[in-house]
Amino acid sequence: MKLLFRYPVMGRIPIICILLSLLSITAMAQTDADAIMMEKNNFCTGILYNYSSWKNYWEGTFKRDNANLGTVSTQMIGVMGNYGISDKLNVLFSIPYVANKVSAGQLHKMNGVQDLSLWVKYMPFEKKVGPGTLSLYGVAGYSFPVTNYVADFLPMSIGVRSKNISIRGIVDYQIKNWTATASATYVNRSNITIDRVSYYTTEMHYANEVKMPDAMQFQFRTGWRSDRFLAEAVLSNWTTMSGFDITKNNMPFPSNKMNMTAVGVGGKYNVKAADGLSIIGGGNYTIAGRNVGQSTSVYGGVFYIISFTHKAKEKQENTKK
Amino acid sequence: MKKIFFYITIVMTAVIIHSCKKDLNEVNLFFPALNPAKLDDNAGTWKPILLNAPDEFAVAAPIATNAPDYIAQINEIKSWQNKLTAAEKNTVKYWSAGAVLRWNEIMRELVAKHNLPPYQNADGTYPVPSAANPLAYPQFPFANPPYAARAYAYVSAAMYDALVAAYHYKKLCNRPAPYKVDATVNVLIPKSDLPSYPSEDATVIGVAEELLKLLFPGDQDFIQQKAAEHKNARIISGANVRSDIDAGEALGKAVAQKFVTRARGDRAGAAVGIANGVDLWKEFETNAVTKDEIPWISQEFPKRPPMLPYFGRVKTFLFDSLTMVTQIRPAAPPSTKSDQFKKELEEVKYYSDNYDRERFRIVSFWADGVNTPTPPGHWNAIAAEAFVKQNFSEVRWARNMALLNMAMMDAAIVCWDAKYTYFNPRPSQVDPSIKTYTGLPNFPSYISGHSTFSGAAATILGYILSSSATDFTNMAKEASVSRLYGAIHYRSDIEVGLVVGNKVGTYAVQRASTDGAGN
Repeated sequence: MKLLFRYPVMGRIPIICILLSLLSITAMAQTDADAIMMEKNNFCTGILYNYSSWKNYWEGTFKRDNANLGTVSTQMIGVMGNYGISDKLNVLFSIPYVANKVSAGQLHKMNGVQDLSLWVKYMPFEKKVGPGTLSLYGVAGYSFPVTNYVADFLPMSIGVRSKNISIRGIVDYQIKNWTATASATYVNRSNITIDRVSYYTTEMHYANEVKMPDAMQFQFRTGWRSDRFLAEAVLSNWTTMSGFDITKNNMPFPSNKMNMTAVGVGGKYNVKAADGLSIIGGGNYTIAGRNVGQSTSVYGGVFYIISFTHKAKEKQENTKK
Repeated sequence: MKKIFFYITIVMTAVIIHSCKKDLNEVNLFFPALNPAKLDDNAGTWKPILLNAPDEFAVAAPIATNAPDYIAQINEIKSWQNKLTAAEKNTVKYWSAGAVLRWNEIMRELVAKHNLPPYQNADGTYPVPSAANPLAYPQFPFANPPYAARAYAYVSAAMYDALVAAYHYKKLCNRPAPYKVDATVNVLIPKSDLPSYPSEDATVIGVAEELLKLLFPGDQDFIQQKAAEHKNARIISGANVRSDIDAGEALGKAVAQKFVTRARGDRAGAAVGIANGVDLWKEFETNAVTKDEIPWISQEFPKRPPMLPYFGRVKTFLFDSLTMVTQIRPAAPPSTKSDQFKKELEEVKYYSDNYDRERFRIVSFWADGVNTPTPPGHWNAIAAEAFVKQNFSEVRWARNMALLNMAMMDAAIVCWDAKYTYFNPRPSQVDPSIKTYTGLPNFPSYISGHSTFSGAAATILGYILSSSATDFTNMAKEASVSRLYGAIHYRSDIEVGLVVGNKVGTYAVQRASTDGAGN
């Protein structure tokens, strides 16, 4: 088997580009917070499909359903890629197409291409510590809307249009095949403009510009990984640093406080017959939230690794020996 | 490698600078201090709305400017000014934009806050807000468009009448502003030759305090805090002494009482159409069925009673109910069985099926749905921004806002009368495959409220500011068609709505051309 990617020490397992549909109410796409790097000159790309839906949601802290929405569902198809500039430095992108609809009531479905996300990922540290290997990663990201989709039509809007800068730290520890990864992300979100000239939050604003609360994202994942398989459990949390609650029987607004905690499982299989090809799948379930839908999601995707230089391949082969 | 990091750093820095949070540019906070182009010091002779005469409510003669009490009041200004904080300067700046303007904004804020339909009971019925218990859920009021239109009208009309009285007494008492009496008083706002007793700002405050007790009884803390801040701003700025304020506030409250009395008897209290648990409004449904038409049915789950079915019987300001029924009420909409109806339904279906970003912008811009100041509030904002540029005197501000809001309240009454007279179904009721780009209003379709409000508003605003008449007409057309684009109204609803609105507007124009204010 040719190895076109690397994982620290245990090294040789294909990349996972996991897309976690974290905020299904806004169908916000979150790309991977994993502890895997592409080797130099290798490019992993693939598509991922995610389906999420919710019937219950939290209006502030009040959990309810809404017969005028029924079940709100989001389908997302994302294209993503990860390129190894060096073994320790990767660049990544993702771009999703999102389609939202409701099963009851009159609100029109919405769909479109949402935000382009770009990341730079750097691994400054990788050492044997105790019985296993410790590695650290830093990820800087930027995302922005690439189409003129509507933000101010929640829960039908496919996104909230803010331009986000994210800074993420990842710690990974691995003993033999057992791994644990923890990450924390700060997301700075730009103001957005909406189609109306005034809006009410907890007070009146005579502006078409809306201040978006920044957010923190935490993730912990643990499981088993080998050259061919990966299985892990994931705990995720998204917490906005400010924002306001949806008042009773009101509509949601992009600058609402939106918090959620989800549990999930994820898996990956590297196809034996086709080198560089992997299949991933998994799901998430929201266990707590505020001003978001209690979503359940499933996803699946196919990824392939392309090596751009023969030289790089040779180098890897040599490394293996 | 180093080079890569160098580039990454540059890109990231650029990105961070680019998306750093900026404070919002809230347009109303940039309004300049009001500096009237015309004093309008003869406004005491303008025709009031409810007052029989400008001196219907007495105002005591002011104390002389050389009396020790007056000098003490001048010193109150000076002691404030000696220890002026940045916050106080900001307060002065904020209120200096104009009393009628700021209280209009405050009212829009209260409407937006309260414009939320009640959440259902466990048994699928809906609770009705109670004025007697405004803080219990559902909070009183549910400031929906008719409620809001009426609230804006009463407050604006009362402010106008109270200012006509205040200007009458200003001329009569002729006590100059504090800075004219004592040249050592600083003045933090534009100076004026208008006599300062009684204070026009305090007159407006008195009206607001009194009428908002009736209209927004659960928000007294907010209203009283604003009132106190506004009164202080007038003293701190050197515009008024305490006795100017006291006299104005008392006059405002007295005049407002007359409007409170009218409001209590204008039949709005019965508009909800449910008495002792009986759905009186079902008579409209029966009436439509009798005429062999498809009656309107609530598309909400659980089914919600229609919004204020008897609002069409509320007492109008600009014409009497006979005029409304005989001169203004529109003819029936196309029968639900007619080809015309089918054609119009197909047009709605087209807009529903064909999403267009620019059309969505228009829908969104004019939606003015839940948690907003409603369409009448939007037109108040449009008027306010236009009036700011005109440097109207306070009394002219009040007069123009009164004309606008009486027109829109009467438009609401006429529109609601038509809606329940014909009880026409919404497009998505007849064809459930029609999905909407904005919330579906829970009341009959014909005629469009947005169109009626906008037609009335554009007509009176076009009279007040004739140079912008075309702009207002175009805005009204856009507001109107936004409801078709949103797939919640037929073409008949919006076109007839505009025409009816224009007609209502002409009654306001008629009043405006004979009220003695000139233009």
